[in-house]
Amino acid sequence: METLARKLIARAAGQSGVSAGDVVICKVDLAMIHDSGGPRRVKPMLERLGRRVWDRDRVVVVTDHYVPADTEETRAIQALTRQWVRDEEIANFYDQQGICHVVLPERGHLSPGMFCVGGDSHSPTGGAFGAYMFGVGATEMAGVLATGEIWLRVPETILIQWNNSLGACVTAKDMMLAVCGEIGMGGGRYQAIQYAGTAIRNLSMQERMTMSNMAAELGAQAGLIAPDEITADYVRAAGGTLAEDWADYAIEAADKPEDHLTFDAAELAPQIAAPHSPANAADAAEFENTKFDVAYIGACTGAKYVDLAAAASVLKGRRIASGITLKVAPASKQDQDRAADEGIMSILEEAGAQFLANSCGICAGYGDDRLAEDEVCLSSTARNFKGRMGAPGSQVYLASPYTVAASAVTGTMRDPREIMEG
Amino acid sequence: MARLWRFDDTIDTDVLAPGKYMKSPLAELAMHCLEAVRPKFASNVRPGDVMLGAPNMGVGSSREQAAEVLKHLGISAVIAPSFAGIFYRNAINLGLPVFTIDAGLHAHPGLTDGAEITFDFDSASVTLPASGEVLSLEPLPDFLRDMILDGGLIPHLEKRFQTTAAAEGA
Repeated sequence: METLARKLIARAAGQSGVSAGDVVICKVDLAMIHDSGGPRRVKPMLERLGRRVWDRDRVVVVTDHYVPADTEETRAIQALTRQWVRDEEIANFYDQQGICHVVLPERGHLSPGMFCVGGDSHSPTGGAFGAYMFGVGATEMAGVLATGEIWLRVPETILIQWNNSLGACVTAKDMMLAVCGEIGMGGGRYQAIQYAGTAIRNLSMQERMTMSNMAAELGAQAGLIAPDEITADYVRAAGGTLAEDWADYAIEAADKPEDHLTFDAAELAPQIAAPHSPANAADAAEFENTKFDVAYIGACTGAKYVDLAAAASVLKGRRIASGITLKVAPASKQDQDRAADEGIMSILEEAGAQFLANSCGICAGYGDDRLAEDEVCLSSTARNFKGRMGAPGSQVYLASPYTVAASAVTGTMRDPREIMEG
Repeated sequence: MARLWRFDDTIDTDVLAPGKYMKSPLAELAMHCLEAVRPKFASNVRPGDVMLGAPNMGVGSSREQAAEVLKHLGISAVIAPSFAGIFYRNAINLGLPVFTIDAGLHAHPGLTDGAEITFDFDSASVTLPASGEVLSLEPLPDFLRDMILDGGLIPHLEKRFQTTAAAEGA
């Protein structure tokens, strides 16, 4: 049976079909790089090879990791990034407009059928659009920029099917934490994961992006979702181009019957993952009354427009508990502007939120705004590895924006349905 | 003879290359490699030493500095029962040998932390000098082996471009 992953890879490899395990060379439709793994790393390698980028129209550069650039070192990194973009005459450059995985689709760069690489581990986010997209390191990216090609071992597809519909205050983030808890961080085996089922079809594009984004936490190479009218509408609205045959990529299948896993969305409760792994997930109710200091709504995983709206639905007319700091770093400028137009930013502000730049923020842990030793954070981000967001003794719990917001109001960790339905 | 550095917890890219030092030069970043889980690693590791990781070695970010710092510190090979995909590709692209070891062999009593061993790239094996036992690792596909022998992807491409240029010139 044909899988979406194999159809996408066969197209990029210029073959009529491929089999799992084949090693193929694929032509890259789009390469995305950011300020950390991008120009500062690939420039010397391209110079050594005596090459320029293979196609200036197929490269997208985003600054998001060292934003705000508030030190001499980070300002130098941004200056180098801008100079390289000028020198290479890169057509698509988004400077401090938000996090790459969110900016890329909102500016119309992704559509079904594409084969893309990104210089960041959360690049599987692009799979939400029915595109094959995966993350690579800087050296591999330099190779792509020099040649327009990359090798790939054709993956098997693990199909994760979510039946029925999600209840109130339960989100894509909860679905992903539950899957992490069930199959573990290595459960994706560097194969392609594909999400299917009624609950996936009902998700907005940004919620689907959260699913694909966290395929990285499962150790998968890609996190695919078959395109449908919701995909097509998003791409059109973003000013993107839909291939004539885009609907041909609406394929949902696993390679092996044992790799077809089924979950029930209707049964799913809000989840929290304990330090230091997303796989430490359990029902939020099990963490009831756990104390924390910082509530964080941030990152490509957890601070898109839908995430800000979710947090605001809890925080409307409420204030965060004393002793809790709520920090919000909207994932993109466009999402923040939309949230502001709809009054969402005001609700968050009135609830007591502090706002950070439209960037990777505390999730990347690259800047000075980090967690202190022994500080405990409840975060809408994707990973809670030891020391990632701050001092080695800091602790990060992961949850959805609803759960983070509800817990910020009550002052200890909470199933958000308790305060929304109570 | 090489010292074996054994880690029984999964090693992620944030402990290999901590975000706080990602803006720093490689030599400085390398001094903080693994400090969150084994503070003295960077100062005690010696060129030629071998790292034995737990399953899903190198999980996390795409930052290739996670593999690069290990190479910088002189690690001659990273061996693990399984690798996170991006880390695995990054290591090969940087010319750092990575080998998969059978889960049963991984539990071998001779592979303790601090054990003296010898590692041989060509035969993809580890020898335990005390017993003379030779443990075979999973061999790499030829094209990945060639890339490591060339010193990584960039020297490998350099060679390819030179060959292409020479063929076009002829």
